[in-house]
Amino acid sequence: MADTVTVRIPTALRPQVGDQESLDVAGATVGDVLSSLNGDYPEFGKRLYKSENEINRFINIYVNDEDIRFMENLQTPLKAGDEVSIVPAIAGG
Amino acid sequence: MSYVKSLQCKECQADYALKPLTVCDNDFGPLEVAYDYEAMKGKVTRESIEAGPRSLWRYKDLLPIEGEPKAGLNSGFTPLIKADRLAAELGVKELYIKDDSANYPSYSYKDRVVSVALTKAVEFDFDTVGCASTGNLAHSVAAHAAAAGLRACVMIPHDLEEGKIVATLTFGPRMFKIKGNYDDVNRLCSQIADKYNWAIVNVNLRPYYTEGAKTHGFEIAEQMGWQLPKHTVSPVAGGTILPKIWKAYQEFITLGIVDDNKPKIYGAQADGCNPVVTALREGQELFHPQKPNTIAKSIAIGNPADGYYVIKVIKESGGFGESASDQEILDAVKLLGRTQGIFTEPAGGTTLACAIKLIESGRIPRDESICVCITGNGLKTVEVMEGQFAANPTINAKMSEFDELVKQMEENHPSQAPATTA
Repeated sequence: MADTVTVRIPTALRPQVGDQESLDVAGATVGDVLSSLNGDYPEFGKRLYKSENEINRFINIYVNDEDIRFMENLQTPLKAGDEVSIVPAIAGG
Repeated sequence: MSYVKSLQCKECQADYALKPLTVCDNDFGPLEVAYDYEAMKGKVTRESIEAGPRSLWRYKDLLPIEGEPKAGLNSGFTPLIKADRLAAELGVKELYIKDDSANYPSYSYKDRVVSVALTKAVEFDFDTVGCASTGNLAHSVAAHAAAAGLRACVMIPHDLEEGKIVATLTFGPRMFKIKGNYDDVNRLCSQIADKYNWAIVNVNLRPYYTEGAKTHGFEIAEQMGWQLPKHTVSPVAGGTILPKIWKAYQEFITLGIVDDNKPKIYGAQADGCNPVVTALREGQELFHPQKPNTIAKSIAIGNPADGYYVIKVIKESGGFGESASDQEILDAVKLLGRTQGIFTEPAGGTTLACAIKLIESGRIPRDESICVCITGNGLKTVEVMEGQFAANPTINAKMSEFDELVKQMEENHPSQAPATTA
């Protein structure tokens, strides 16, 4: 059994996961965790993924405050207690 | 009467009511304000615009507000300078500087987006406004909030230039300095917007906020005598302004206000933070985020939310992207200063430095009209100019010492020394 991590859900995606702010999910990589969520909450997955292996480009995923694109993307390994945040991209200045 | 139809997803075109919404429920695509251009035809004209106030609100029909403006009544309508001395130096025929370093009240292009966002904040009955900012936006939000009697909460990276911090604090906002870079602040802000009922201008008011950036483009067209520059060079940070200048040009073309001269638009970034330019050079549709490392802090955004649209618009227009080193940026700041008497911040230096590189590489032809968008003021970032000028000796108030100094100056820099009179 893989370790459990906490996944933080943004407001916009909470209706698709039974209005939960965060979920505890098991998985060895970010990809594992997200596909497990996709299995449990298909409506959530539909918005999260652009295609099978590609995250919607308007959504950023962080592990402990670091963007997964600076690590190994969906292959980024996870350990028990890590926090995975799903954050919609927003404008800046 | 407003010509606004709805908020519309830029990806799937789903329509949404005009509320403080920011992304599409279906695909997280950004929401964009949609207008009824058919209804505008014959009503929104050069004449109707010219009859408006000398501020960005002369383009009110093309902005998403329902009543009268509630903020920024004196913002916008900044100078468009025909920069002949700079043009001569660069060997180009027709060069314009759109100078938002002179914007009111906070000396950057941000006064445009904030004027619209705070008007919407009042319309939506928020009492607190906020932002994630690299400095200029915080400065502008704090200024406009003070004037409108709203509470401001601004979130900034901890290491901003002192001038921006002091100038912002003077307006009395709550300031939150966040450890990390802008992208860290931005991420936190989207979580803050989830939790607090604040109008965070670049988060939950983003569709309205970004529309304000169009006025930079409207003004260029109007001030050039109702025509478009063939080539426009814009800075790229989060990616708001460039696609909105483009939208402004296209709206004026759609309404028959200007002729379609097939304009091209170019993106400028610093070498130390150039995700969009890198994607353009590599022919990619998507950028890879970067950890910024540049003196151009106001455009140090390594994960630009609208970067995808910047790349799309630049490609559609036939333009390109360029980036500049810190020294090229500083040299461009000094060049603009000494040829045109305009003091811009490193972001403006970046835009000019990139324009020069695009001209020198032949991407921008020397015989066609060029507009360089200067978006911020150098007085807010004076510390970056440290060491850029030779020390000036101090003398006693004696004519002999003065004469000696003039002589020295003539010897050292004959072109810059004052002319001696007989």
